[in-house]
Amino acid sequence: MYQFDWSSIPGALPYLWQGMLRTLQITGVAVVVGIVLGTLIAVARLSKSSILSNLAALYVSGFRSVPLVMVLLWFYLLVPQIISSLFGQPGLDIRLLSAFVAFALFEASYYAEIIRAGIQSVSSGQVSAGLALGMTSGQTMRLIVLPQAFRRMIPLLLTQAIILFQDTSLVYVIGLAEFFGVAYNTGNRDGTLVELLLFAGIVYFVICFAASMIVRSLQKKLVS
Amino acid sequence: MVSFVAGLDWNIFFQPAFDGSGTYLRFLLIGLAWTILLSVTAWILAFVIGSIVGVLRTFPGRLLPGLGAVYVELFRNVPLLVQLFLWYFVLPEIIPGLGTWFKQALNPLLQQFVSGVLCLGFFTAARVAEQVRSGINSLGRGQRGAGLALGLNLPQVYQLILLPVAYRIIIPPLTSEFLNIIKNSAVASTIGLAELSRQAQQLGEFTAHWYESFIAVTLLYGIINVTVMIVSQFVERVTRLPGYLGGRK
Repeated sequence: MYQFDWSSIPGALPYLWQGMLRTLQITGVAVVVGIVLGTLIAVARLSKSSILSNLAALYVSGFRSVPLVMVLLWFYLLVPQIISSLFGQPGLDIRLLSAFVAFALFEASYYAEIIRAGIQSVSSGQVSAGLALGMTSGQTMRLIVLPQAFRRMIPLLLTQAIILFQDTSLVYVIGLAEFFGVAYNTGNRDGTLVELLLFAGIVYFVICFAASMIVRSLQKKLVS
Repeated sequence: MVSFVAGLDWNIFFQPAFDGSGTYLRFLLIGLAWTILLSVTAWILAFVIGSIVGVLRTFPGRLLPGLGAVYVELFRNVPLLVQLFLWYFVLPEIIPGLGTWFKQALNPLLQQFVSGVLCLGFFTAARVAEQVRSGINSLGRGQRGAGLALGLNLPQVYQLILLPVAYRIIIPPLTSEFLNIIKNSAVASTIGLAELSRQAQQLGEFTAHWYESFIAVTLLYGIINVTVMIVSQFVERVTRLPGYLGGRK
């Protein structure tokens, strides 16, 4: 029988907490930038200009056809080069910056699809009514369509945020230590990989399960 | 931009690979083969388990649907990378007998492959189960009642009435789950399986031609995607249900 040895976890808790803060930081940046950029892309995708809508479609299908692991590796290749050609060699954490950029741009393509579906779910009568009141099409989008669309999309946007929270563990491939990376490194160092990986799994499960329960009850509230 | 493109050296793919397996082109194609083999095997596992769990969730009573729900929540709320490490590093340690056999009898490549298949299969099964469940639930209670009233038993109702229609309705979401499994298979590079993105990193590390390597691999993923979509459009056309808009509900 396997003898579990949980003794290295209590001492590692401060580091694991630091890792969790980093996880939340990456998630937060990607959610905010992803939704803002995703909204712009969704509006471009639905615009009458075929150039804009094709460019937006290309962005979305491009990012969605490549594994996240490759996207992270790509930006860990590109970001340092761009930074050094723009600013020389600043004292930035290049791994963290690459992760921010990769997740923000990658998530934008997923958020764009959610937001596009949300915009299309608002009935066309609303747009006509806005235009009939003398609003420009930009005003109609901003003041009438988007507020209704976002209200409907909140559960989906939050669910995507939970998926993103889980996906941040993949920054392991560029050697950035967020929660999962810290757990793995601690386990590797102390020879307690089994316990640390189980611990990490339980923590992710508790957080994500609780969050998805909250989203589900929110969804019920919004529907009624 | 122009000087960057001109600076790329595509001849790298015709030079011999560091591991003596042939040219680097062949090296990448080996990775492509592993990606496809891993994805397809895991997909079969996901389809079987997902169908069982999805059907359980639509059964009458509380126990069986409850078990199905536990499965889905468990596999949906733990990151894929953590699940992979649990399959690869943890389970062989803590399962007596079988785990020792796994570590001693299988060569490393087979260990990586089996862990990858089990991980992707069980992970994707949770998503397939949700699709199967929503497919069955979309049929309406009348179908089940009609089947039972005709004297069929419950397994017959599922086998002859509910599942044949439900599967045809959920082909589009199942296609996107298949595309997801291909993308998710890149995670297996973290345990050293020589699939496409692992080969891309190896090629970059040994030749320093990172851009050529990443561009080639990104294009290969794109080609896989387009191929799957063309095939699935054909399948959708053939299996389209009369009376459903585009076969999709």
